[in-house]
Amino acid sequence: MIRDITIGQYYPANSIIHRLDPRVKLMGTLVFIITVFMIQDMMEFILATAALGICIWLSKVPLRYMLKGLKVIFIILIFTVLLNILLTPGRELFHFYFIRVTWEGIVLAAKTTMRLIYLIVGSTIMTLTTTPNHLTDGLEKALSPLKKIHFPVHELSMTMSIALRFIPILLEETDKIMKAQQARCADFESGNLIRRVKSLIPVLVPLFISAIRRANDLAMAMEARCYHGGAGRTKMKPLIYERRDKAGYFIIFAYLALWIVLKFVL
Amino acid sequence: MGIIKAVKLIYEYVSKDEHGDVESVTQAIQGVDLDIQAGQFIAILGHNGSGKSTLAKQMNALLVPTGGTLTVKGMDTSDEKNVWKIRQTAGMVFQNPDNQIIGTIVEEDVGFGPENLGVPTKEIWNRVYDSLGRVGMMEYCNHSPNKLSGGQKQRVAIAGTMAMKPECIVLDEPTAMLDPNGRKEVIATVRELNRQEGVTVILITHYMDEAILADQVYVMDEGKIVLSGTPRTVFSQVEQLKQLRLDVPQVTELAYELKKEGFALPDGILTAEELEKALVACKDQGFRLKNGTGEMETCQ
Repeated sequence: MIRDITIGQYYPANSIIHRLDPRVKLMGTLVFIITVFMIQDMMEFILATAALGICIWLSKVPLRYMLKGLKVIFIILIFTVLLNILLTPGRELFHFYFIRVTWEGIVLAAKTTMRLIYLIVGSTIMTLTTTPNHLTDGLEKALSPLKKIHFPVHELSMTMSIALRFIPILLEETDKIMKAQQARCADFESGNLIRRVKSLIPVLVPLFISAIRRANDLAMAMEARCYHGGAGRTKMKPLIYERRDKAGYFIIFAYLALWIVLKFVL
Repeated sequence: MGIIKAVKLIYEYVSKDEHGDVESVTQAIQGVDLDIQAGQFIAILGHNGSGKSTLAKQMNALLVPTGGTLTVKGMDTSDEKNVWKIRQTAGMVFQNPDNQIIGTIVEEDVGFGPENLGVPTKEIWNRVYDSLGRVGMMEYCNHSPNKLSGGQKQRVAIAGTMAMKPECIVLDEPTAMLDPNGRKEVIATVRELNRQEGVTVILITHYMDEAILADQVYVMDEGKIVLSGTPRTVFSQVEQLKQLRLDVPQVTELAYELKKEGFALPDGILTAEELEKALVACKDQGFRLKNGTGEMETCQ
């Protein structure tokens, strides 16, 4: 289960979505998430589904890769569904002792679930098709006006890309530590919540120590390769808008316009 | 004038207690003199804590001497101004392959050094492909480093320093965390770079077999250089190496033991082929064991 988190895991493929400028993808994801949260009726839902479906199809990433990310929020999903169904007042469909299920509750539960799923899948498309470095490059460039007010844009994006690079390594390490402790009869699975959290402490301590040691090594390796901050640095993959990126922006705005028309005009 | 020259180099680790008072001073390097010529393949040997890694970090100006001087291509490492030039001249490869790869894709990682140096974009790509080609990792340029083997990761790390066009590469136990195959891969790559490109290589290791290939071997103990010379002269001093808690290459040890038993073998045999030749020579001379009994068995 520890490797099921897909966020930050790049899926190498050669698709139009992969080649898009990360700023376009950031913008697209942002627009998509905003619209998904404001979906009210069926037409808007169909539009969002179509947009998502086309993006998945264009990205050439197998669908199961995208859905893997959902496993992590599965519990949250169940919670939201239950709470929405049980606690929404409205037209009663049936009741069972104190449990009342309402029509509004079911509709709201469906909507919230759909929103959460679309949110995760939508952002997963971005992270699966963009290398983390590319992504942080995009963020760095998109946020670069903030440099004027001395906001550490470069440092932030460098930190993020390094964090992303080390996620799989640290996950593997956690796995290793847990197995090593299980081999010595550590028990992570039984007992109540408090006991289980407590039993994680012997995992977290060595994990932190190793993470700090790694950070130290990495800092030295970066210095040895002449890293001295963002000043005077050139880019191996500079971000330059190409025709497909302009087309990408155009499609995003077309989607937004269509959505506004559906929402406010019709 | 050598590319790396150390004169009476001293480095002290100072540990302080919470009030900032000096608790203890450990001299990791105690007066080391070195003169490394450009284009050489140097091996520095020593057991754990002998100061060899500290010495390596000095050559890259990651640590600055507390006494004496160390110059890289005539640049003094204690001068703040020289730091970036020194790091470009003397690239460094570390022990842990995971902790020195910065990029999430092989080619991005190799490009990290040139990016920092402010090399123009087109030239970065040339250098990246060039250095990936040299270490034989071209076909992996689009891979995630997490999916490579240890030896491949170290080759990527070597390409990463090569992309900065260094004149000298310092490798700090690059094979310590690798399996035998990975070790062979990395050493073959390093040797190739030394021979083909004329890059000065300083290999810090505790595997004796890797040191055989060197032009010059230095053995360190307790922060001092205790033995130096060609591999043959160093490894012929089997007893002294053992006192320093170091092994000699297996073949050398075998030859040494055979010699003790009375075989007329030369000192400092380094490879199986040499031993074979020497044994055959023994046989041709009609050599017998000391006690005069039994025929000598030839070695395969």
